[in-house]
Amino acid sequence: MALSRIASSSSRSFNLLKPLSFAISLRRSISNDTTPMTVETSVPFISHQCEVPSRSVETNPKELLTFFRDMALMRRMEIAADSLYKAKLIRGFCHLYDGQEAVAVGMEAAITKKDCIITAYRDHCTFVGRGGSLLEVFAELMGRQAGCSRGKGGSMHFYKKDSNFYGGHGIVGAQVPLGCGLAFAQKYSKEETVTFALYGDGAANQGQLFEALNISALWDLPAILVCENNHYGMGTAEWRAAKNPAYYKRGDYVPGLKVDGMDALAVKQACKFAKERALKNGPIILEMDTYRYHGHSMSDPGSTYRTRDEISGVRQERDPIERIRKLVLSHDLATDKELKDIEKEVRKEVDDAIAQAKESPMPEPSELFTNVYVKGFGAESFGADRKEVRATLP
Amino acid sequence: MQLQPKLIALQLLHLRNPALGEGLEEEMERDPRVCVMGEDVGHYGGSYKVTKGLATKFGDLRVLDTPIAENSFTGMGIGAAMTGLRPVVEGMNMGFLLLAFNQISNNCGMLHYTSGGQFTIPIVIRGPGGVGRQLGAEHSQRLESYFQSIPGIQMVACSTPYNAKGLMKAAIRSENPVILFEHVLLYNLKERIPDEDYICNLEEAELVRPGEDITILTYSRMRYHVMQAAKTLVNKGYDPEVIDIRSLKPFDLYTIGNSVKKTHRVLIVEECMRTGGIGASLTAAITENFHDYLDAPVMCLSSQDVPTPYAGTLEEWTVVQPAQIVTAVEQLCQ
Repeated sequence: MALSRIASSSSRSFNLLKPLSFAISLRRSISNDTTPMTVETSVPFISHQCEVPSRSVETNPKELLTFFRDMALMRRMEIAADSLYKAKLIRGFCHLYDGQEAVAVGMEAAITKKDCIITAYRDHCTFVGRGGSLLEVFAELMGRQAGCSRGKGGSMHFYKKDSNFYGGHGIVGAQVPLGCGLAFAQKYSKEETVTFALYGDGAANQGQLFEALNISALWDLPAILVCENNHYGMGTAEWRAAKNPAYYKRGDYVPGLKVDGMDALAVKQACKFAKERALKNGPIILEMDTYRYHGHSMSDPGSTYRTRDEISGVRQERDPIERIRKLVLSHDLATDKELKDIEKEVRKEVDDAIAQAKESPMPEPSELFTNVYVKGFGAESFGADRKEVRATLP
Repeated sequence: MQLQPKLIALQLLHLRNPALGEGLEEEMERDPRVCVMGEDVGHYGGSYKVTKGLATKFGDLRVLDTPIAENSFTGMGIGAAMTGLRPVVEGMNMGFLLLAFNQISNNCGMLHYTSGGQFTIPIVIRGPGGVGRQLGAEHSQRLESYFQSIPGIQMVACSTPYNAKGLMKAAIRSENPVILFEHVLLYNLKERIPDEDYICNLEEAELVRPGEDITILTYSRMRYHVMQAAKTLVNKGYDPEVIDIRSLKPFDLYTIGNSVKKTHRVLIVEECMRTGGIGASLTAAITENFHDYLDAPVMCLSSQDVPTPYAGTLEEWTVVQPAQIVTAVEQLCQ
């Protein structure tokens, strides 16, 4: 819709320079242009116990612009969450994902909504990638009824069952066995789908991870363990926490791949490769070399254990959104102004969602007791004032 | 329908159909989503032979031998349950499930709530616990006291072949995560149970012996100590009402309350430790809800707050013995 507005305004200004029809057709074709094009990843893949996928990634203008838009949306959403937290509308823990957007976006491009994703507490953008709406995000962060978990989960407990997003987990590493369980269920039901179990460099040292990996390899489960290595486990740098920080190698007998996590196309390629492989050969580890600009959470300034120069250095050289912007501009897929318009549009979307979320009410007091249990199969019990006990076969 | 209910053992080492195993087998036949995970449940047949024969019948994908990794295979069971499978996770000894406490507490119990009702976890976690015969401190634990505070889970304890099979089937069919506590020393019981399909209500207590003088609440192995004491008590002229509470979370306050209203005296006999056990919670619940009906304070006989010693005589003194129950009843009924 925005692009058609651009088309009508730019067609007037370009009227003198180009024929009207050409100007309109040039603009209108971009957002739906699926002509394949190939882009080389800037950093090669490094593998452990398996072959490397090709550095040439197939994509198209539509996909690249979608990447740009989605990542800009995620970035804007996280920054807005930062402001909301400082305004004390979001309380408790809030872990922001800005800088790491390429992982969420690249992964979605390689898979379907039938594949499962499970991650830890840095889940806002992964949720949006799975189809969650901004309203659900902001309402949940503010603890309102319109939130994805009805206000009862909070920042660390986003879930979206209908698009197979399994959350949203607060305890470091506990989601990896869950993820392998999802992969087991997929194998059991013969679904030909895979599970991506995401964890961080901090969680990579958890024992349950290796336990789950062992079982997944033994039972040939379609589990893909993705280490989002942002190099810091809260305040501890990876070299201070892991004797061997080459996380893609730590599966030993399980193959691994190291990927530039700031390059959405590389992420897409790696995930596509991993999905094909996991369905045939069992588990594989992907290590995404990524970076978070914010501290571990909102209570962490993020600068006591790393220098501001390092942060701004990564932002300048490896920012995922800037990378796609440069790609789009260099291939002439859109103008700078159009990209800026997309960013403005996204900003407005975020602001609108926040306004809407603020209007959503707090949960009713009775919600305190709902969803603790699911009512049984026919047996009912109401505590001390129960009138009748029935046990019926369903 | 057969007229003669069959003779069945809760667990008989050389026979193929223990009550628990039969319950499992019937549910696995009925619902293809039911699977079993645990250490040595498959090819070995289960360390207490509960799952004997299931692997041959249902195959390796439904009866899964796991490595010794309780934390992760319990987590995997929970993850599978989130998608709609109905795993039955066996802890070879309940004590080993302490390693999976995080998964049971945070993921199993709380996911239904924190996801706003999106995910249900229809998992059954079961295994033998309790004080055995000189198994040592670490293999004689009573995990029901540790798990009882976890919101979102249900806990049941079986004590007879009849209720073992019924509770197993009910637990598997329930949409809630259920922890089924079996007892190491009760696997050899024999009892006639019906042929036809039946289940036991998960939230219901069982009236073992009706009476008028005093309500004795118990569960699992202590039921047998109580019944032994009851024989002595009846000879001495008392009329105890014995209730096997079965449902450890939530308590069946309806049955318990009606009994308290009738007898006005309560004795709880349990195997948990004195501190923070099921008995402690039950005492609080009864005092809170039925204070008006009590003629005497609630008395609770529990195990001593010590690690279970190896020596046989000492071990005997850690748990409640029938003689102590008799003394307690006499005291309460003065």
